[in-house]
Amino acid sequence: MIIKNKAIVADDWTVLRLQENEAAESVQVAAGKVIVPLKVWQAQRGALQQRTEIGVWLASDERPEELQGDIGKFAVIAVDFPKFSDGRGYSIAFNLRARLGYTGELRAIGDVLRDQLFYMQRVGFDAFAPRPDRKIEDALKGLNDFSEVYQTSFDPKLPLFRRVQRKGNQTESSQ
Amino acid sequence: MYRYDEYDQKIVDERVKQYSDQVRRRLSGELTEEEFMPLRLQNGLYMQIHGYMLRIAVPYGLISAQQMRMFAHIARKYDRGYGHFTTRQNIQFNWLKLQDTPAILADLASVQMHAIQTSGNCVRNITSDEFAGVAQDEVADPRPYAEILRQWSTFHPEFAFLPRKFKIAISGGREDRAAIYAHDIGLAVTKNAQGETGFRVLVGGGLGRTPIIGTEICEFVPWQHILTYVESILRVYNQYGRRDNKYKARIKILVKALGIDEFKRQVEADWADLKDGPGTLTREEVDRVASFFTDPAYETLPDHDSRLNEFKADSRSFSHWLQRNVRPHRVPGYAIVVLSLKKPGNAPGDATAEQMDFVADLADRYSFGELRITHKQNLVLADVRKKDLVSLWQEASAQELTTPNIGMLTDIISCPGAEFCTLANARSIPLAKLIAERFEDLDYQYDIGEITLNISGCVNACGQHHIGNIGITGVEKKDHDEWYQVSIGGAEGNDSSISKIIGPSFTFHQVPEVIERLIQVYLRERTEAERFIDTVRRIGHAPFKDHVYAADFDVQEEEVAGKHIVVPAQYDVPYFSPRF
Repeated sequence: MIIKNKAIVADDWTVLRLQENEAAESVQVAAGKVIVPLKVWQAQRGALQQRTEIGVWLASDERPEELQGDIGKFAVIAVDFPKFSDGRGYSIAFNLRARLGYTGELRAIGDVLRDQLFYMQRVGFDAFAPRPDRKIEDALKGLNDFSEVYQTSFDPKLPLFRRVQRKGNQTESSQ
Repeated sequence: MYRYDEYDQKIVDERVKQYSDQVRRRLSGELTEEEFMPLRLQNGLYMQIHGYMLRIAVPYGLISAQQMRMFAHIARKYDRGYGHFTTRQNIQFNWLKLQDTPAILADLASVQMHAIQTSGNCVRNITSDEFAGVAQDEVADPRPYAEILRQWSTFHPEFAFLPRKFKIAISGGREDRAAIYAHDIGLAVTKNAQGETGFRVLVGGGLGRTPIIGTEICEFVPWQHILTYVESILRVYNQYGRRDNKYKARIKILVKALGIDEFKRQVEADWADLKDGPGTLTREEVDRVASFFTDPAYETLPDHDSRLNEFKADSRSFSHWLQRNVRPHRVPGYAIVVLSLKKPGNAPGDATAEQMDFVADLADRYSFGELRITHKQNLVLADVRKKDLVSLWQEASAQELTTPNIGMLTDIISCPGAEFCTLANARSIPLAKLIAERFEDLDYQYDIGEITLNISGCVNACGQHHIGNIGITGVEKKDHDEWYQVSIGGAEGNDSSISKIIGPSFTFHQVPEVIERLIQVYLRERTEAERFIDTVRRIGHAPFKDHVYAADFDVQEEEVAGKHIVVPAQYDVPYFSPRF
C-alpha cells in the first residue's frame, strides 16, 4: 500500500535495489512494473525503454538533470531518502517538477515518515511509500498538519502575499 | 512592532497542535528518541544535563512588554524562576519537563510567539541590529525585511533538512551591529547610486570549529529579489553541502571548497529562472510589513535636558551609566538605553522572573511598550525620553540592571557551558563570574576602555569567542579535565576578524590571571586612544604571548588535577542525562 493523491491505495510497482554483487549493466530487471535505479536505467536504457511501463528512482546524491530528455518515458519517478534527515531529495523533487517539467507520479521512498510528508507534498511529491514498520493510516494524517503556508514552492505556486490580501498595521501609532 | 494577522496566528496555532501530537507520540513510545530528536530540535527543544532546554525565538530581538511578561510567567510556572538570553537574541529555559512543553508553546502562541526552527538543521531565527529604527547611522530599517525573511523561512518545505544549521543576520546601519560577517548569510541593507534599496550579500561566514569571515557574493541585490536570491543560495547548499561529516557541513566549507566565484556561478545559474518569478517581493508586501515599524508617537522635545547635567555632576554612578549604557537616538530628546545583564556575580545574560516583569513595566512606562534583546546578551529600551533618564536609572538600579559596563571588560558574552550543556567541555558561567569579580573595579575597567571578552564552553562557539577581542574556549584534555584556550585579536562589526590562540591552554583558576597579563601588555604598549584590539593589531601576538607565559601561575586549584568540579553538586541530575 502507498499513499497517492492523499489516499491509501494498492501498489503494484516493485522497487529494484542493487545488491552488492549485482551490476547495473547485468542485473536482470523482472517483467512487470519495476522502478529501477538511475544507473540501471542508464546502463540498460535501450531495452528498458521498449517496455510499456517503467519507473526510475534517484538516490539522494544523484542529479535529476541526468533524466533530461527521458522525462516523458516514465510512469513513475521515485526519490530515495536514505535517512529522513537527508534533505537533498526535497531539492531533487523541486527541480524535477519546476525545472524539468515532470508531470507524472513522483514518489518518496526509503525512510519516509509522517512528520516529513507535509513538506514532501509541497516540493512536488504526490505519492509516498511510508516506512513499512509504521501505520500508513497515521502517515496519511501528516499531509494535513498545516492549512496555510507562507512561501511558494512547487505547491503552492504563489506565496501568501500574492494569494491573499493581508492587512497592514491597523493601529495609528505614527504621527 | 509586527503583529500577527489571522494567517500568522493560524500557522503558529497549527504548529502547537502538531508539536503536541509529536510529544504525545514520543511519550507513548510510538516515536523513538532518534526519530523524535530532529522533530523536537526543529522546535528548539534540547535534552540537556538537568532536563529539557527550550529555546524560544525572539525574531530579530524585538519583544513587547506583554511577551516579556509571558517569559516571566514561564520562568515561574515551568522553570526555576529565570531564563537565559542568548547571543542570537533568543531566550532559553533550562529546567523544563518534556510533558510541559506543549502547554508552554500554547502560552507562547497566545502572545504571538513560538520556538519554531530555533534549532535543527534548518534556517534559524533571523537576527538583526538591536538599534534598528533608532540608530543615527541607519541607512534603512532592516526590521521589515527581517520579518519578511522570518515568514519566508518559516516551515520552508525544501530547507528543513539542510546539511547543518543555517543562520541569517541582517543589519541596516553603516556600522554592523548584527555580526553579519559571522553568519551563513549576512545581509546589509544598502542603497545604490540611484537611491534604490537593496542588499549587500555575504555568504559562508560562521564560527564553530572552523571560524571563517563571510565573503561578499553580491554587492547589490535589489530588494525585490532578496527572497529568491537567498532561496538559490540555500538550494545550492542543500544539494552540495557535505553530509558525511557534521564538522564540515556548514555552508562556509562548501564556499571554501568551490571558491566564491564558482559558488556564485552556481547560485546565479539557479537564480536565473526564479528571478522575477512569483517569489519576487512586491512593493505592497514590503509596505504592509513596514507599516508595523513606523515611528511611535515621538514628542517634540529639546535635545538637551539641563536636569540631566545637574544630576550627572552630582552622581558619579549616573554619569558612568550615561557614558557607557546610553546611546544617541536619531530623534532629538530621546536616547537608547542598554540595561546590563552583566552585573559581576550574576550569570551573563540571565534574568530572573522579577527582572523580566520589571523591565516589561519599564518598557510600558518609558519606551512605548517595547524591548530588544541584544546579541551581546543585554536588554535595550530603544525610545526613552532624555528627561526620564534619571528616574529610569534610579528604578533600574534597584533591580541591578544599571551596571555601567556596556562594551567594557565585564560585559562578558558567555554560553551556558558545561553545567547545562551536553556539548561543552568546560564551565563558562562560573568562569565569567570569576573574571567579572576580579575586574569589577570600575576605574580599572574605564582605564582599559573598550574591549570584548567572549567565553564558549567548547568549539561550537555559542559564546562567539572567535570574534571577541579576548576569546576563551573550553577544551577537553584527558580524563574530562576542563582546560581553556585563550585567543586574542578577534572582532565583530565592520572590521571583523578571527582571533588567534596565544599558546597552550590554562586551568580554570589561571584564566583571570592570564587576562590580567594580557591587559598589562596592552596598558604598557598602547598609544593614546588606542583600543585593546588596535594594539593587538599593531604590535602582533608575540608581546602578549611572551608576557603571559613568562612567569608561573600562583593560583589555588579547588581540587587536584583530574578530579575537578564539572558536576554542580547542588543540582538534581535526572536519570536520562546524557552526560552523567
